[in-house]
Amino acid sequence: MIVEAEGLTKRYGATTVLDGVDLRVERGTVVALLGPNGAGKTTTVRILTTLTRPSAGTARVAGHDVVREPAKVRATISLTGQFAAVDEQQTGRENLVVIGRLMHLGPAAGRRAADLLDRFDLVDAADRRVKTYSGGMRRRLDLAMSLVSNPEVIFLDEPTTGLDPVSRSTVWDAVKDLVTSGTTVVLTTQYLEEADRLADHVALLHRGRVAVQGTTDEVKSRVGGHRLTLGFTAEPDAARAAELLSAQQVDGPLTLGLPSDGTAAHQHHVLDTLRAAGVPVATVGSHRPTLDDVFLAFTGGATR
Amino acid sequence: MTAAHTGFANALSDHLTLIGRCVRLTRRNTETLVMSIALPLLMMLLFVYVFGGAITTGTAYLDYVVPGIVLLCTGYGAASTAMAVTNDMTTGMIDRLRTLPVRGSAVLTGHVAASVVRNAASTTIVVSAAVALGFRPSATVVEWLLVAGLLLLYVLALSWLAAGLGVIAKSVESASALTFVMLFLPYLSSAFVPTHTMPAFLGSISEHQPITPVIETVRALLTGTPVGDNGLLAVLWCTGLLAASVAFATWLFRRRAAA
Repeated sequence: MIVEAEGLTKRYGATTVLDGVDLRVERGTVVALLGPNGAGKTTTVRILTTLTRPSAGTARVAGHDVVREPAKVRATISLTGQFAAVDEQQTGRENLVVIGRLMHLGPAAGRRAADLLDRFDLVDAADRRVKTYSGGMRRRLDLAMSLVSNPEVIFLDEPTTGLDPVSRSTVWDAVKDLVTSGTTVVLTTQYLEEADRLADHVALLHRGRVAVQGTTDEVKSRVGGHRLTLGFTAEPDAARAAELLSAQQVDGPLTLGLPSDGTAAHQHHVLDTLRAAGVPVATVGSHRPTLDDVFLAFTGGATR
Repeated sequence: MTAAHTGFANALSDHLTLIGRCVRLTRRNTETLVMSIALPLLMMLLFVYVFGGAITTGTAYLDYVVPGIVLLCTGYGAASTAMAVTNDMTTGMIDRLRTLPVRGSAVLTGHVAASVVRNAASTTIVVSAAVALGFRPSATVVEWLLVAGLLLLYVLALSWLAAGLGVIAKSVESASALTFVMLFLPYLSSAFVPTHTMPAFLGSISEHQPITPVIETVRALLTGTPVGDNGLLAVLWCTGLLAASVAFATWLFRRRAAA
């Protein structure tokens, strides 16, 4: 296990942000910490990257304790935070060379910068100031800066939040490249789709705890590939339908959600069951599972 | 090479890299750069040609006011350190730098060193402009060096103070607000008018605040009048402020960073 955390707790005064997070990450895999805002994703990453001290619990990264041996941990990791940490008034190349020098690469810092600019498709923009870069280019440079040191574990905190769809997929490609080169990646995200695309394992954070941890497939099969949403006009109808279909309430007593395979046959089956029981349905919708659906399936409560 | 040796070489190279970064950022931040040179120049013209005629100091007003303008200029230059530090603290750059095997406070040292470089440049420009306007200091080479040394100490102290304020500030705007005292203090000193012309209570504040002995020392050294106690007072104020500011800034930095 390259990352091992046990009982991580973080309190700020009377507020408990983390309430005993356990996490195990195997070398060479991608783990997604999935959860809504305020679930404790960023705090977990800050503890694992030595930026914040836990109030209780222990964590080891690449065999080093994050509290007792922060310097050794720092030598093996890199962090890409929520906001692209790049100097606007420096060129892409200068940004990379500064990091290379701080990693004590010496004269090799220049060569390393050139390699990374090439790898992240930034050669044309290399000697332009970063303030002229698009959001996606900044994020790519940000990732490149994380790789200067050849880290064993890369932490990515919400790598695609706020990016347009095109930039998002370039970032995804960059992360997939990392994985093929054997790097371990721990990323946080609010998007199930992102976890699905990139991660081998998913840890669902809910109110400062890991609600569930498993492979992406395990999580998906529990939630279902699709979701059906049924709307009712009267509460007794909804209650009756919930019983018949073992469906759960979503957004109040008049709406139910249940897993589906996305086929017309399944929709027919559901509607036929309700008609046979004499339960009137107002609306039917089918969609890909959202984070809310995942939480519903695992915790029996919505994210809020 | 011993381990201590490598450690020292690495620390030195970290500092040089970060100083290089900050100097580059300053040089390219055109607005701040233009302001930190244009503002003192305009202030000098304003005081000499607009207010100067109405102020009686016993000497040519230009000779009286130049040291004050120089200190105003360094105060302004040092204050922008706070904004640069806050910018790093709030953009995530600080987390990136802190997860590197680099001593955290080297980040602050980089900004302070850049501030010294920036102030050396702007002070040279202001003094040259003053000479062009007819400022004729009688200082010897040794006296010029003493002036440079004292100003360096003063800039270091103010820059470290500003760096500390930059660590506290939650946004670049509030960093700029926190440093207003630095810009304001020179007005309440003997920089522009002799303190005895102020109301008694303001006069005594002005007499006993740190900037007055610094200004009086610089003025005495440049115009060849006796320095008196002011020299020692100025050095004590500056070293005291420097020591306190370095301790304050590095302590705040560790505390804020570890939260």
